[in-house]
Amino acid sequence: MPKLPSWSEIQKNTQDNVIWKSIFRPGSIYRKGYRDTSRDRALAAMNNVLYHLHPVKVKRHGLKLTYTYCLGGLSFFLFVVLTITGIFLMFFYTPAAGAGTELAYADMRNIQASVTFGQLVRNMHRWGAHLMVFTVFLHMARVFYHGAYKPPREFNWVVGVILLTLTLLLSFTGYLLPWDQLAIWAVTVGTEMMGFTPVFGKQVQFVLLGGAVIGPNTLLRWYVLHVLFVPFVTVIFLAVHFWRIRKDGGISGPL
Amino acid sequence: MAEVQIDQATYDALTSQGVPDRIARAKAKAATVRKEKQEQGVEIGPKSADQATKALAEFRENFGGSGGGTATATAVADAPSGRLTPEERAARVRASLGQTNGSPSIGVPADSKHTHRLLALVPPSGIQQVSDKQQDKVYTWPHLLLVEFVALLAMGAVLLVVSYFIDATFRELANPNLTPNPSKAPWYFLGLQELLRYFHPMVAGVTIPGVGLIALGATAYMDKNPSAKPENRKFANMSMTFFMCLWTVFVFAGSFFRGPGFNWVWPWVDGLFFEL
Ligand code: HEM
Repeated sequence: MPKLPSWSEIQKNTQDNVIWKSIFRPGSIYRKGYRDTSRDRALAAMNNVLYHLHPVKVKRHGLKLTYTYCLGGLSFFLFVVLTITGIFLMFFYTPAAGAGTELAYADMRNIQASVTFGQLVRNMHRWGAHLMVFTVFLHMARVFYHGAYKPPREFNWVVGVILLTLTLLLSFTGYLLPWDQLAIWAVTVGTEMMGFTPVFGKQVQFVLLGGAVIGPNTLLRWYVLHVLFVPFVTVIFLAVHFWRIRKDGGISGPL
Repeated sequence: MAEVQIDQATYDALTSQGVPDRIARAKAKAATVRKEKQEQGVEIGPKSADQATKALAEFRENFGGSGGGTATATAVADAPSGRLTPEERAARVRASLGQTNGSPSIGVPADSKHTHRLLALVPPSGIQQVSDKQQDKVYTWPHLLLVEFVALLAMGAVLLVVSYFIDATFRELANPNLTPNPSKAPWYFLGLQELLRYFHPMVAGVTIPGVGLIALGATAYMDKNPSAKPENRKFANMSMTFFMCLWTVFVFAGSFFRGPGFNWVWPWVDGLFFEL
Protein backbone atom coordinates (compact mmCIF):
# COMPACT_ATOMS: atom_id res chain seq x y z
CA MET A 1 0.00 0.00 0.00
CA PRO A 2 1.40 3.44 -0.87
CA LYS A 3 2.17 5.68 2.06
CA LEU A 4 -0.62 8.16 2.70
CA PRO A 5 0.44 11.83 2.85
CA SER A 6 0.53 13.30 6.35
CA TRP A 7 -1.87 16.01 7.41
CA SER A 8 0.75 18.71 7.23
CA GLU A 9 1.72 17.56 3.75
CA ILE A 10 -1.89 17.81 2.59
CA GLN A 11 -2.14 21.23 4.18
CA LYS A 12 1.05 22.39 2.52
CA ASN A 13 0.01 21.09 -0.89
CA THR A 14 -3.40 22.71 -0.81
CA GLN A 15 -2.25 26.05 0.57
CA ASP A 16 1.07 26.54 -1.12
CA ASN A 17 0.00 27.08 -4.70
CA VAL A 18 -0.93 29.90 -7.01
CA ILE A 19 -4.66 29.28 -7.07
CA TRP A 20 -5.10 29.08 -3.31
CA LYS A 21 -3.00 32.20 -2.79
CA SER A 22 -5.00 34.06 -5.42
CA ILE A 23 -8.22 33.34 -3.56
CA PHE A 24 -7.12 34.02 0.01
CA ARG A 25 -5.48 37.39 0.39
CA PRO A 26 -2.56 38.01 2.75
CA GLY A 27 -3.82 37.88 6.32
CA SER A 28 -6.56 35.43 5.56
CA ILE A 29 -6.79 32.78 8.23
CA TYR A 30 -6.88 30.17 5.46
CA ARG A 31 -3.60 31.26 3.95
CA LYS A 32 -0.33 29.57 4.77
CA GLY A 33 1.58 31.40 7.45
CA TYR A 34 -1.32 32.98 9.33
CA ARG A 35 -0.07 33.68 12.82
CA ASP A 36 -2.15 34.86 15.74
CA THR A 37 -0.51 38.29 15.92
CA SER A 38 -1.99 41.77 16.01
CA ARG A 39 -0.87 42.30 12.46
CA ASP A 40 -2.53 39.20 11.07
CA ARG A 41 -5.67 39.76 13.13
CA ALA A 42 -5.96 43.22 11.60
CA LEU A 43 -5.29 41.90 8.11
CA ALA A 44 -7.80 39.12 8.56
CA ALA A 45 -10.54 41.74 8.84
CA MET A 46 -9.05 44.27 6.45
CA ASN A 47 -8.30 41.93 3.57
CA ASN A 48 -11.65 40.21 3.73
CA VAL A 49 -14.95 40.95 2.04
CA LEU A 50 -16.32 41.30 5.57
CA TYR A 51 -14.44 44.60 5.74
CA HIS A 52 -17.55 46.00 4.06
CA LEU A 53 -19.43 45.23 7.25
CA HIS A 54 -16.90 45.30 10.05
CA PRO A 55 -14.02 47.58 10.96
CA VAL A 56 -10.70 46.07 12.07
CA LYS A 57 -11.45 46.76 15.71
CA VAL A 58 -14.67 47.09 17.65
CA LYS A 59 -15.47 48.45 21.09
CA ARG A 60 -14.97 45.80 23.71
CA HIS A 61 -18.26 46.49 25.49
CA GLY A 62 -20.20 45.88 22.27
CA LEU A 63 -19.18 42.23 22.38
CA LYS A 64 -21.01 41.60 25.61
CA LEU A 65 -24.05 39.57 24.73
CA THR A 66 -26.21 41.79 26.91
CA TYR A 67 -25.42 44.87 24.87
CA THR A 68 -26.91 43.99 21.49
CA TYR A 69 -28.23 40.52 22.30
CA CYS A 70 -27.07 39.99 18.70
CA LEU A 71 -30.56 41.02 17.64
CA GLY A 72 -29.64 43.14 14.64
CA GLY A 73 -27.24 40.49 13.44
CA LEU A 74 -29.79 37.75 13.95
CA SER A 75 -32.41 39.73 12.03
CA PHE A 76 -29.96 39.93 9.17
CA PHE A 77 -29.11 36.23 9.48
CA LEU A 78 -32.81 35.39 9.26
CA PHE A 79 -33.11 37.63 6.22
CA VAL A 80 -30.33 35.63 4.57
CA VAL A 81 -31.89 32.29 5.56
CA LEU A 82 -35.22 33.49 4.17
CA THR A 83 -33.56 34.47 0.91
CA ILE A 84 -31.95 31.05 0.53
CA THR A 85 -35.04 29.03 1.48
CA GLY A 86 -37.16 31.39 -0.61
CA ILE A 87 -35.08 30.76 -3.72
CA PHE A 88 -35.47 27.04 -3.13
CA LEU A 89 -39.26 27.40 -2.93
CA MET A 90 -39.31 29.48 -6.10
CA PHE A 91 -38.08 26.49 -8.11
CA PHE A 92 -41.31 24.67 -7.35
CA TYR A 93 -43.91 27.41 -7.21
CA THR A 94 -46.06 29.10 -9.87
CA PRO A 95 -48.00 32.21 -8.85
CA ALA A 96 -51.12 31.19 -10.75
CA ALA A 97 -54.66 30.91 -9.43
CA GLY A 98 -58.20 30.99 -10.76
CA ALA A 99 -60.76 28.35 -11.57
CA GLY A 100 -59.14 25.34 -13.24
CA THR A 101 -55.58 26.67 -12.77
CA GLU A 102 -55.02 26.53 -9.06
CA LEU A 103 -51.31 26.03 -9.66
CA ALA A 104 -50.11 27.99 -6.64
CA TYR A 105 -52.09 25.85 -4.26
CA ALA A 106 -51.21 22.62 -6.08
CA ASP A 107 -47.53 23.55 -6.09
CA MET A 108 -47.61 24.18 -2.37
CA ARG A 109 -49.07 20.77 -1.78
CA ASN A 110 -46.50 19.27 -4.09
CA ILE A 111 -43.64 20.99 -2.27
CA GLN A 112 -44.84 19.48 0.99
CA ALA A 113 -45.65 16.03 -0.33
CA SER A 114 -43.07 15.20 -3.01
CA VAL A 115 -40.19 17.66 -3.12
CA THR A 116 -37.14 16.41 -1.22
CA PHE A 117 -36.80 18.52 1.93
CA GLY A 118 -39.71 20.58 0.57
CA GLN A 119 -41.72 20.48 3.77
CA LEU A 120 -38.69 21.27 5.91
CA VAL A 121 -37.65 24.21 3.74
CA ARG A 122 -41.17 25.59 3.66
CA ASN A 123 -41.36 25.30 7.45
CA MET A 124 -38.04 27.12 7.82
CA HIS A 125 -39.24 29.85 5.49
CA ARG A 126 -42.46 30.38 7.35
CA TRP A 127 -41.18 30.14 10.94
CA GLY A 128 -38.14 32.17 9.96
CA ALA A 129 -40.41 34.93 8.68
CA HIS A 130 -42.40 35.08 11.91
CA LEU A 131 -39.18 34.96 13.88
CA MET A 132 -37.68 37.81 11.88
CA VAL A 133 -40.63 40.11 12.60
CA PHE A 134 -40.06 39.28 16.24
CA THR A 135 -36.27 39.80 16.30
CA VAL A 136 -36.52 43.08 14.37
CA PHE A 137 -39.06 44.31 16.89
CA LEU A 138 -36.87 43.28 19.83
CA HIS A 139 -33.84 44.86 18.13
CA MET A 140 -35.74 48.12 17.93
CA ALA A 141 -36.63 47.89 21.62
CA ARG A 142 -33.01 47.28 22.62
CA VAL A 143 -31.86 50.23 20.48
CA PHE A 144 -34.43 52.42 22.16
CA TYR A 145 -33.56 51.42 25.72
CA HIS A 146 -29.89 52.07 25.05
CA GLY A 147 -30.68 55.51 23.70
CA ALA A 148 -28.72 54.34 20.66
CA TYR A 149 -30.82 56.53 18.35
CA LYS A 150 -29.35 59.74 19.78
CA PRO A 151 -27.04 61.93 17.70
CA PRO A 152 -25.31 61.06 15.44
CA ARG A 153 -27.52 58.00 14.99
CA GLU A 154 -30.95 59.65 14.48
CA PHE A 155 -31.06 58.95 10.80
CA ASN A 156 -30.12 55.32 11.23
CA TRP A 157 -33.07 54.99 13.55
CA VAL A 158 -35.27 56.33 10.74
CA VAL A 159 -33.70 53.82 8.35
CA GLY A 160 -34.54 51.22 10.99
CA VAL A 161 -38.18 52.26 11.10
CA ILE A 162 -38.28 51.89 7.32
CA LEU A 163 -36.70 48.44 7.66
CA LEU A 164 -39.34 47.48 10.22
CA THR A 165 -42.05 48.51 7.76
CA LEU A 166 -40.34 46.59 4.96
CA THR A 167 -40.03 43.50 7.16
CA LEU A 168 -43.78 43.61 7.84
CA LEU A 169 -44.46 44.08 4.12
CA LEU A 170 -42.23 41.15 3.21
CA SER A 171 -44.00 38.94 5.67
CA PHE A 172 -47.46 40.10 4.68
CA THR A 173 -46.94 39.78 0.91
CA GLY A 174 -45.64 36.25 1.45
CA TYR A 175 -48.66 35.37 3.52
CA LEU A 176 -50.88 35.34 0.43
CA LEU A 177 -48.76 33.01 -1.69
CA PRO A 178 -49.97 29.58 -0.42
CA TRP A 179 -53.38 30.64 -1.73
CA ASP A 180 -55.28 28.79 0.95
CA GLN A 181 -58.20 30.03 3.01
CA LEU A 182 -55.91 31.45 5.69
CA ALA A 183 -53.95 33.40 3.07
CA ILE A 184 -56.68 35.11 1.12
CA TRP A 185 -58.82 36.00 4.11
CA ALA A 186 -55.95 37.44 6.11
CA VAL A 187 -55.04 39.55 3.11
CA THR A 188 -58.66 40.53 2.56
CA VAL A 189 -58.83 41.86 6.12
CA GLY A 190 -55.57 43.73 5.69
CA THR A 191 -56.33 45.32 2.34
CA GLU A 192 -59.84 46.32 3.39
CA MET A 193 -58.26 48.51 6.02
CA MET A 194 -56.10 50.16 3.35
CA GLY A 195 -59.32 50.85 1.46
CA PHE A 196 -60.12 53.41 4.13
CA THR A 197 -57.16 55.63 3.25
CA PRO A 198 -58.58 59.15 3.03
CA VAL A 199 -59.44 60.43 -0.45
CA PHE A 200 -57.60 57.71 -2.44
CA GLY A 201 -58.88 54.71 -0.50
CA LYS A 202 -60.49 52.88 -3.41
CA GLN A 203 -57.55 53.56 -5.70
CA VAL A 204 -55.04 52.33 -3.12
CA GLN A 205 -57.02 49.16 -2.69
CA PHE A 206 -57.33 48.68 -6.45
CA VAL A 207 -53.59 49.01 -6.95
CA LEU A 208 -52.88 46.60 -4.10
CA LEU A 209 -55.33 43.99 -5.33
CA GLY A 210 -54.77 44.46 -9.03
CA GLY A 211 -58.54 44.62 -9.33
CA ALA A 212 -61.65 45.33 -7.32
CA VAL A 213 -61.51 42.08 -5.39
CA ILE A 214 -58.78 39.66 -4.42
CA GLY A 215 -58.04 37.29 -7.29
CA PRO A 216 -55.37 35.80 -9.58
CA ASN A 217 -54.01 39.27 -10.38
CA THR A 218 -53.50 39.93 -6.71
CA LEU A 219 -51.51 36.74 -6.39
CA LEU A 220 -49.21 37.61 -9.28
CA ARG A 221 -48.77 41.14 -8.01
CA TRP A 222 -47.97 40.10 -4.47
CA TYR A 223 -45.64 37.40 -5.72
CA VAL A 224 -43.56 39.92 -7.64
CA LEU A 225 -43.60 42.28 -4.68
CA HIS A 226 -42.60 39.45 -2.36
CA VAL A 227 -39.75 37.88 -4.30
CA LEU A 228 -38.39 40.91 -6.12
CA PHE A 229 -39.49 44.37 -5.25
CA VAL A 230 -39.62 44.40 -1.46
CA PRO A 231 -36.41 42.35 -1.00
CA PHE A 232 -34.66 44.67 -3.44
CA VAL A 233 -35.68 47.76 -1.52
CA THR A 234 -34.86 46.03 1.76
CA VAL A 235 -31.34 45.19 0.64
CA ILE A 236 -30.74 48.81 -0.28
CA PHE A 237 -31.90 50.02 3.12
CA LEU A 238 -29.90 47.29 4.86
CA ALA A 239 -26.80 48.51 3.03
CA VAL A 240 -27.46 52.06 4.22
CA HIS A 241 -28.20 50.79 7.73
CA PHE A 242 -24.92 48.89 8.04
CA TRP A 243 -22.91 51.63 6.41
CA ARG A 244 -24.32 54.20 8.81
CA ILE A 245 -23.52 52.04 11.84
CA ARG A 246 -19.84 52.34 10.91
CA LYS A 247 -19.97 55.98 9.85
CA ASP A 248 -21.74 56.90 13.08
CA GLY A 249 -18.79 55.55 15.04
CA GLY A 250 -19.65 51.89 15.40
CA ILE A 251 -21.88 50.50 18.03
CA SER A 252 -23.18 53.08 20.54
CA GLY A 253 -22.23 53.24 24.18
CA PRO A 254 -20.96 52.16 26.63
CA LEU A 255 -23.93 53.53 28.55
CA MET B 1 21.01 70.03 0.58
CA ALA B 2 23.17 67.93 -1.57
CA GLU B 3 22.16 64.37 -2.09
CA VAL B 4 24.11 62.07 0.23
CA GLN B 5 26.33 59.71 -1.72
CA ILE B 6 25.98 56.04 -1.08
CA ASP B 7 28.89 54.20 0.45
CA GLN B 8 29.74 51.79 -2.33
CA ALA B 9 31.45 49.15 -0.18
CA THR B 10 28.51 48.91 2.20
CA TYR B 11 26.06 48.82 -0.68
CA ASP B 12 27.90 46.01 -2.46
CA ALA B 13 28.19 44.00 0.73
CA LEU B 14 24.48 44.32 1.45
CA THR B 15 23.26 43.53 -2.05
CA SER B 16 25.46 40.48 -2.20
CA GLN B 17 23.67 39.26 0.96
CA GLY B 18 20.38 39.53 -0.90
CA VAL B 19 19.18 42.67 0.92
CA PRO B 20 16.58 44.47 -1.24
CA ASP B 21 17.94 47.40 -3.23
CA ARG B 22 15.85 50.05 -1.46
CA ILE B 23 17.08 49.00 1.97
CA ALA B 24 20.68 48.56 0.84
CA ARG B 25 20.70 52.10 -0.53
CA ALA B 26 19.34 53.59 2.67
CA LYS B 27 21.89 51.72 4.79
CA ALA B 28 24.73 52.72 2.49
CA LYS B 29 23.75 56.39 2.76
CA ALA B 30 23.65 56.12 6.53
CA ALA B 31 27.16 54.62 6.39
CA THR B 32 28.40 57.66 4.44
CA VAL B 33 26.96 60.09 6.97
CA ARG B 34 28.47 58.11 9.85
CA LYS B 35 31.85 58.10 8.17
CA GLU B 36 31.79 61.87 7.55
CA LYS B 37 30.93 62.56 11.16
CA GLN B 38 33.69 60.32 12.41
CA GLU B 39 36.16 62.13 10.17
CA GLN B 40 35.05 65.44 11.68
CA GLY B 41 35.55 63.98 15.12
CA VAL B 42 31.88 64.23 16.05
CA GLU B 43 30.76 61.61 18.45
CA ILE B 44 27.76 59.70 17.32
CA GLY B 45 25.18 57.77 19.25
CA PRO B 46 23.56 58.70 22.56
CA LYS B 47 25.60 60.66 25.09
CA SER B 48 26.84 58.76 28.11
CA ALA B 49 25.39 59.69 31.49
CA ASP B 50 28.40 61.58 32.78
CA GLN B 51 28.67 63.53 29.54
CA ALA B 52 25.04 64.60 29.91
CA THR B 53 25.62 65.73 33.49
CA LYS B 54 28.66 67.66 32.37
CA ALA B 55 26.67 69.43 29.63
CA LEU B 56 24.02 70.37 32.17
CA ALA B 57 26.58 71.78 34.58
CA GLU B 58 28.13 73.78 31.75
CA PHE B 59 24.76 75.19 30.88
CA ARG B 60 24.09 76.18 34.47
CA GLU B 61 27.40 77.90 34.74
CA ASN B 62 26.80 79.90 31.59
CA PHE B 63 23.18 80.90 32.00
CA GLY B 64 21.83 79.85 35.39
CA GLY B 65 23.15 82.57 37.70
CA SER B 66 23.49 85.57 35.44
CA GLY B 67 20.77 85.79 32.82
CA GLY B 68 17.79 84.35 34.64
CA GLY B 69 17.33 86.70 37.55
CA THR B 70 17.02 85.85 41.19
CA ALA B 71 14.19 83.36 40.89
CA THR B 72 16.22 81.29 38.50
CA ALA B 73 19.31 81.50 40.62
CA THR B 74 17.62 80.08 43.71
CA ALA B 75 15.82 77.48 41.71
CA VAL B 76 19.09 76.33 40.26
CA ALA B 77 20.57 76.02 43.67
CA ASP B 78 17.67 73.85 44.87
CA ALA B 79 17.32 71.72 41.82
CA PRO B 80 18.38 68.13 42.07
CA SER B 81 21.19 67.55 39.64
CA GLY B 82 20.51 65.87 36.33
CA ARG B 83 17.12 67.45 35.68
CA LEU B 84 15.99 70.96 34.67
CA THR B 85 13.55 72.84 36.86
CA PRO B 86 10.82 74.82 35.07
CA GLU B 87 12.74 78.02 35.78
CA GLU B 88 15.87 76.60 34.26
CA ARG B 89 13.96 75.55 31.25
CA ALA B 90 12.54 79.06 30.90
CA ALA B 91 16.06 80.46 31.22
CA ARG B 92 17.26 78.10 28.57
CA VAL B 93 14.52 79.25 26.23
CA ARG B 94 15.42 82.85 26.95
CA ALA B 95 19.03 82.06 26.25
CA SER B 96 18.24 80.43 22.99
CA LEU B 97 16.19 83.45 22.02
CA GLY B 98 19.30 85.48 22.49
CA GLN B 99 18.12 87.59 25.42
CA THR B 100 21.12 86.98 27.63
CA ASN B 101 23.56 88.66 25.37
CA GLY B 102 21.33 91.68 24.88
CA SER B 103 20.18 91.04 21.34
CA PRO B 104 16.38 90.80 21.49
CA SER B 105 14.48 88.13 19.68
CA ILE B 106 12.42 89.31 16.78
CA GLY B 107 9.31 91.07 17.99
CA VAL B 108 10.16 90.74 21.67
CA PRO B 109 11.40 93.88 23.40
CA ALA B 110 14.83 93.41 24.99
CA ASP B 111 13.58 94.17 28.50
CA SER B 112 10.49 92.06 28.20
CA LYS B 113 9.87 89.27 30.70
CA HIS B 114 8.20 87.26 28.01
CA THR B 115 10.06 84.75 26.00
CA HIS B 116 7.67 84.70 23.09
CA ARG B 117 5.32 86.93 21.24
CA LEU B 118 1.64 86.34 20.64
CA LEU B 119 0.94 85.55 17.06
CA ALA B 120 -2.63 84.28 17.22
CA LEU B 121 -5.08 82.49 19.46
CA VAL B 122 -5.95 79.09 18.10
CA PRO B 123 -8.46 76.70 19.66
CA PRO B 124 -6.79 73.44 20.67
CA SER B 125 -8.77 71.56 18.04
CA GLY B 126 -7.23 73.81 15.38
CA ILE B 127 -3.75 72.59 16.17
CA GLN B 128 -4.46 68.92 16.33
CA GLN B 129 -7.72 67.50 15.11
CA VAL B 130 -8.50 64.57 17.37
CA SER B 131 -11.42 62.86 15.71
CA ASP B 132 -11.38 59.65 17.69
CA LYS B 133 -10.99 59.23 21.40
CA GLN B 134 -8.81 56.41 22.56
CA GLN B 135 -11.19 53.56 23.25
CA ASP B 136 -11.14 50.11 24.69
CA LYS B 137 -11.25 48.07 21.50
CA VAL B 138 -10.63 44.50 20.45
CA TYR B 139 -9.97 42.88 17.11
CA THR B 140 -13.00 42.00 15.02
CA TRP B 141 -11.26 38.77 14.16
CA PRO B 142 -11.39 36.64 16.19
CA HIS B 143 -13.48 38.26 18.95
CA LEU B 144 -16.56 39.65 17.19
CA LEU B 145 -16.67 37.11 14.39
CA LEU B 146 -16.64 34.21 16.85
CA VAL B 147 -19.54 35.68 18.82
CA GLU B 148 -21.47 36.23 15.61
CA PHE B 149 -20.74 32.72 14.43
CA VAL B 150 -21.99 31.17 17.64
CA ALA B 151 -25.15 33.32 17.57
CA LEU B 152 -25.74 32.30 13.98
CA LEU B 153 -25.33 28.60 14.75
CA ALA B 154 -27.65 28.83 17.73
CA MET B 155 -30.36 30.62 15.77
CA GLY B 156 -29.93 28.24 12.85
CA ALA B 157 -30.29 25.28 15.17
CA VAL B 158 -33.44 26.66 16.80
CA LEU B 159 -35.01 27.33 13.42
CA LEU B 160 -34.10 23.88 12.14
CA VAL B 161 -35.46 22.07 15.19
CA VAL B 162 -38.71 24.05 15.18
CA SER B 163 -39.13 23.45 11.45
CA TYR B 164 -38.43 19.76 11.87
CA PHE B 165 -41.16 19.26 14.43
CA ILE B 166 -43.84 21.80 13.51
CA ASP B 167 -45.29 22.00 10.03
CA ALA B 168 -46.28 25.32 8.51
CA THR B 169 -49.98 26.03 8.34
CA PHE B 170 -51.77 24.90 5.18
CA ARG B 171 -55.56 25.09 4.86
CA GLU B 172 -58.11 24.30 2.15
CA LEU B 173 -57.91 25.96 -1.25
CA ALA B 174 -58.80 29.65 -1.24
CA ASN B 175 -62.50 30.23 -1.68
CA PRO B 176 -63.69 33.82 -2.07
CA ASN B 177 -67.27 32.74 -1.43
CA LEU B 178 -66.63 31.07 1.89
CA THR B 179 -65.55 33.47 4.63
CA PRO B 180 -63.95 31.64 7.54
CA ASN B 181 -65.19 32.73 10.92
CA PRO B 182 -63.23 34.42 12.37
CA SER B 183 -61.11 35.93 9.58
CA LYS B 184 -57.91 37.15 11.08
CA ALA B 185 -54.90 39.07 9.78
CA PRO B 186 -51.36 37.78 10.58
CA TRP B 187 -50.49 38.18 14.25
CA TYR B 188 -48.43 41.36 13.83
CA PHE B 189 -51.51 43.12 12.43
CA LEU B 190 -53.94 41.75 15.00
CA GLY B 191 -53.38 44.78 17.22
CA LEU B 192 -54.74 46.89 14.38
CA GLN B 193 -57.62 44.52 13.81
CA GLU B 194 -58.39 44.78 17.50
CA LEU B 195 -58.46 48.57 17.16
CA LEU B 196 -61.08 48.15 14.45
CA ARG B 197 -63.49 47.19 17.22
CA TYR B 198 -63.13 50.60 18.81
CA PHE B 199 -62.49 53.03 15.96
CA HIS B 200 -63.64 53.83 12.48
CA PRO B 201 -61.62 51.73 9.99
CA MET B 202 -59.88 54.83 8.69
CA VAL B 203 -58.64 55.67 12.16
CA ALA B 204 -57.72 52.09 13.09
CA GLY B 205 -56.29 51.03 9.75
CA VAL B 206 -54.64 54.17 8.43
CA THR B 207 -54.41 57.05 10.89
CA ILE B 208 -53.15 55.19 13.95
CA PRO B 209 -50.50 53.06 12.20
CA GLY B 210 -49.44 56.00 10.01
CA VAL B 211 -49.11 58.45 12.87
CA GLY B 212 -47.53 55.69 14.95
CA LEU B 213 -44.77 54.98 12.43
CA ILE B 214 -44.05 58.66 11.85
CA ALA B 215 -43.93 59.31 15.59
CA LEU B 216 -41.60 56.35 16.00
CA GLY B 217 -39.24 57.75 13.40
CA ALA B 218 -39.49 61.26 14.81
CA THR B 219 -38.61 60.04 18.32
CA ALA B 220 -34.93 60.25 17.47
CA TYR B 221 -35.31 63.95 16.72
CA MET B 222 -37.75 64.84 19.48
CA ASP B 223 -35.71 63.34 22.30
CA LYS B 224 -33.25 66.16 23.03
CA ASN B 225 -31.83 64.53 26.16
CA PRO B 226 -28.17 63.81 25.38
CA SER B 227 -27.76 61.12 28.04
CA ALA B 228 -28.13 57.45 27.25
CA LYS B 229 -28.04 56.38 30.89
CA PRO B 230 -31.31 54.78 32.04
CA GLU B 231 -31.34 56.83 35.25
CA ASN B 232 -31.35 60.06 33.22
CA ARG B 233 -34.14 59.11 30.86
CA LYS B 234 -36.86 57.73 33.06
CA PHE B 235 -39.58 59.53 31.12
CA ALA B 236 -38.46 58.26 27.71
CA ASN B 237 -38.12 54.69 28.95
CA MET B 238 -41.45 54.82 30.74
CA SER B 239 -43.25 56.15 27.66
CA MET B 240 -41.74 53.50 25.41
CA THR B 241 -42.54 50.74 27.89
CA PHE B 242 -46.09 52.06 28.18
CA PHE B 243 -46.66 52.04 24.42
CA MET B 244 -45.05 48.64 23.94
CA CYS B 245 -47.16 47.13 26.72
CA LEU B 246 -50.27 48.73 25.27
CA TRP B 247 -49.47 47.35 21.86
CA THR B 248 -48.75 43.89 23.27
CA VAL B 249 -52.11 43.92 25.04
CA PHE B 250 -53.87 44.74 21.77
CA VAL B 251 -51.99 42.05 19.85
CA PHE B 252 -52.75 39.48 22.56
CA ALA B 253 -56.38 40.50 22.69
CA GLY B 254 -56.75 40.23 18.92
CA SER B 255 -54.83 36.97 18.82
CA PHE B 256 -56.23 34.95 21.69
CA PHE B 257 -59.34 36.69 22.98
CA ARG B 258 -61.27 37.13 19.76
CA GLY B 259 -63.35 34.33 18.30
CA PRO B 260 -66.17 33.97 15.78
CA GLY B 261 -67.41 37.34 14.54
CA PHE B 262 -64.26 38.76 16.17
CA ASN B 263 -66.24 38.74 19.42
CA TRP B 264 -64.61 38.46 22.81
CA VAL B 265 -63.86 34.91 23.98
CA TRP B 266 -61.95 33.40 26.85
CA PRO B 267 -59.38 31.05 25.30
CA TRP B 268 -59.57 28.61 28.24
CA VAL B 269 -63.35 28.37 27.82
CA ASP B 270 -63.94 28.65 24.07
CA GLY B 271 -60.58 27.49 22.75
CA LEU B 272 -58.01 29.18 20.55
CA PHE B 273 -58.85 31.02 17.34
CA PHE B 274 -55.32 31.74 16.27
CA GLU B 275 -53.18 30.61 13.36
CA LEU B 276 -49.65 31.49 12.37
C1 HEM C 1 -34.34 44.24 8.81
C2 HEM C 1 -34.21 44.76 9.95
C3 HEM C 1 -32.93 45.19 10.65
C4 HEM C 1 -31.68 44.66 10.56
C5 HEM C 1 -31.23 43.43 9.76
C6 HEM C 1 -30.82 45.46 11.42
C7 HEM C 1 -29.47 45.22 11.63
C8 HEM C 1 -28.70 45.91 12.54
C9 HEM C 1 -27.40 45.49 13.01
C10 HEM C 1 -26.66 44.23 12.58
C11 HEM C 1 -26.97 46.42 13.90
C12 HEM C 1 -25.66 46.36 14.71
C13 HEM C 1 -25.90 46.31 16.20
C14 HEM C 1 -26.87 45.30 16.70
O1 HEM C 1 -26.84 44.13 16.26
O2 HEM C 1 -27.70 45.67 17.54
C15 HEM C 1 -27.96 47.46 13.95
C16 HEM C 1 -27.87 48.62 14.70
C17 HEM C 1 -28.85 49.61 14.75
N1 HEM C 1 -30.16 49.49 14.31
FE1 HEM C 1 -30.83 47.98 13.15
N2 HEM C 1 -31.55 46.47 11.98
C18 HEM C 1 -32.85 46.33 11.54
C19 HEM C 1 -33.94 47.11 11.92
C20 HEM C 1 -33.85 48.21 12.75
C21 HEM C 1 -34.97 48.91 13.31
C22 HEM C 1 -36.43 48.50 13.13
C23 HEM C 1 -34.47 49.98 14.01
C24 HEM C 1 -35.20 51.06 14.78
C25 HEM C 1 -36.35 51.53 14.52
C26 HEM C 1 -33.02 49.94 13.89
C27 HEM C 1 -32.16 50.87 14.40
C28 HEM C 1 -30.82 50.65 14.61
C29 HEM C 1 -29.91 51.59 15.23
C30 HEM C 1 -30.23 53.03 15.69
C31 HEM C 1 -28.67 50.93 15.32
C32 HEM C 1 -27.38 51.47 15.96
C33 HEM C 1 -27.37 50.89 17.36
C34 HEM C 1 -26.13 51.15 18.14
O3 HEM C 1 -25.21 51.81 17.64
O4 HEM C 1 -26.10 50.68 19.31
N3 HEM C 1 -32.69 48.84 13.13
N4 HEM C 1 -29.02 47.12 13.13
